[in-house]
Amino acid sequence: MKLTLRIWRQSGPEDPGALRTYEVDGITPEMSFLEMLDTLNEELIERGEEPVAFDHDCREGICGACGMVINGEPHGPDRTTTCQLHMRHFEDGATVDIEPWRAAAFPVVKDLVVDRSSFDRVIGSGGYITAPTGSAPEAHATPVPKAAADAAFEHAECIGCGACVAACPNGSAMLFTSAKVVHLNSLPQGAPERETRVLDMVETMDAEGFGGCTNTGMCTTVCPKGIPLSSISTMNREYLRALRKGA
Amino acid sequence: MALATRTERRPPTVVRLWRSTIGKKTVMAVSGAIMLLYLVFHMLGNLKVFFGPDEMNGYAHWLRTIGEPVLHHEWFLWLARVGLLAAVLAHGVAAYQLSRRDLAARPVGYRHRRARTSYATRTMRWGGVILALFVVWHILDLTTGHVNPNGESGRPYENVVATFNTWYGNTIYGVAMVAVGLHIRHGFFSAAQTLGAGSAARDRALRLTANGLALVLTLGFLAVPVGVMTGVVE
Ligand code: HEM
Ligand code: SF4
Ligand code: FES
Repeated sequence: MKLTLRIWRQSGPEDPGALRTYEVDGITPEMSFLEMLDTLNEELIERGEEPVAFDHDCREGICGACGMVINGEPHGPDRTTTCQLHMRHFEDGATVDIEPWRAAAFPVVKDLVVDRSSFDRVIGSGGYITAPTGSAPEAHATPVPKAAADAAFEHAECIGCGACVAACPNGSAMLFTSAKVVHLNSLPQGAPERETRVLDMVETMDAEGFGGCTNTGMCTTVCPKGIPLSSISTMNREYLRALRKGA
Repeated sequence: MALATRTERRPPTVVRLWRSTIGKKTVMAVSGAIMLLYLVFHMLGNLKVFFGPDEMNGYAHWLRTIGEPVLHHEWFLWLARVGLLAAVLAHGVAAYQLSRRDLAARPVGYRHRRARTSYATRTMRWGGVILALFVVWHILDLTTGHVNPNGESGRPYENVVATFNTWYGNTIYGVAMVAVGLHIRHGFFSAAQTLGAGSAARDRALRLTANGLALVLTLGFLAVPVGVMTGVVE
């Protein structure tokens, strides 16, 4: 397969950046999108050019590092991470546009790499439970109802990739924040901090410059882990409940 | 030695509500629901034109007597007007502030565009502005009578017929009623979500209700100009 790539190149945070066109040949349908970029980068290095910077780590769809917008869609046409996207989803000779996540709270570091530490600060303000350290607690020490365990597990799947923010026309982090709030607030272990968690995480989320939710639903359609739109509604309910309780 | 207790001073709940994105959205949801409730009664009241001038004008007169003798003449109407004005202002100011924030949160767009949200969702901001302008025109037309070709106070039937005998009256109302339908289609679902009523099991029902409400209100309101245009009402 042969592809024409139009990739966002930006040497640093201050550089205005621009889309640049590259031809890449010798792509097989079994390659992942990242392997396709590796192929391009090897060529660029051989030619003495600067390789395209992009984030990646696990390459098995669990770390959330490999964020990039492909043809206007976060992580491309398949509902998965870029490392799990295979080239068979593209036609031979196609032109593919590759851009970084776009959000005020995710400034571009270089090329396709953005700074997502705003997510870390949202988690740091409440996305944890306070528990004594030491040896692992006995697994049955705290009984968890099945429904609560299922809800917690569904939401614990969030890998913090930021696709939801990248897809949202308001650059909102509501889906990401709600995934963690619902995960921990569903569990008895999360109960002691139930109110302060949601209030503090939402406050940090707002302070980091993410936009508000207008319920467009773009976030869930791109989330590689299938976090549902109703999580946002659950977080709203938790938030209003916490405010009413005066926490 | 006594332990120092942590006495955090938090601002009052309303202030915290207004400062957060979720809180401001809650204000929009509640004020929107108030206006929506009003629209349902308004639409039903408008259908009185199909029963002739006496019934319509009598109904308009009755509206001014609600609550008597506890309330003075027209007091109920004025209370409702004050409540609606507060709802419109809260809705508009919150929408403006949130929109500015949302636009700033996404300063750079994608070169490869791919709009996939529905038309109703994409037009909430401009649609809202159109509705606000319409409400001003509508009050000048059918409440104060300033821009109405007939403009007789206490005779809404004749005024409504006069409005819909002009091409611009029909155009303005037609556009506004489609805009109100679109606004409700997204707005009702969004408000339910914001108030925490959304759940995976309920989302479909909420969307169906939103579409149904939008359709019924738009068609119900449009029945009046269509009635005048076709000569059913004259
Ligand atoms: C075909 C559609 C409509 C017709 C025929 C219509 C007709 C009227 C009439 C006759 C009145 C005056 C009632 C009276 O003086 O007793 C009125 C008031 C009002 N209408 Fe409408 N209306 C329509 C649609 C709308 C819509 C879509 C909205 C809101 C977005 C709206 C908002 C209002 C408001 C706020 C008032 C109250 C003004 C006041 O008396 O304080 N109307 N309408
Ligand atoms: S909610 Fe989904 S899209 Fe958003 S950060 Fe988590 S995994 Fe990624
Ligand atoms: S590289 Fe870890 S999810 Fe793609």
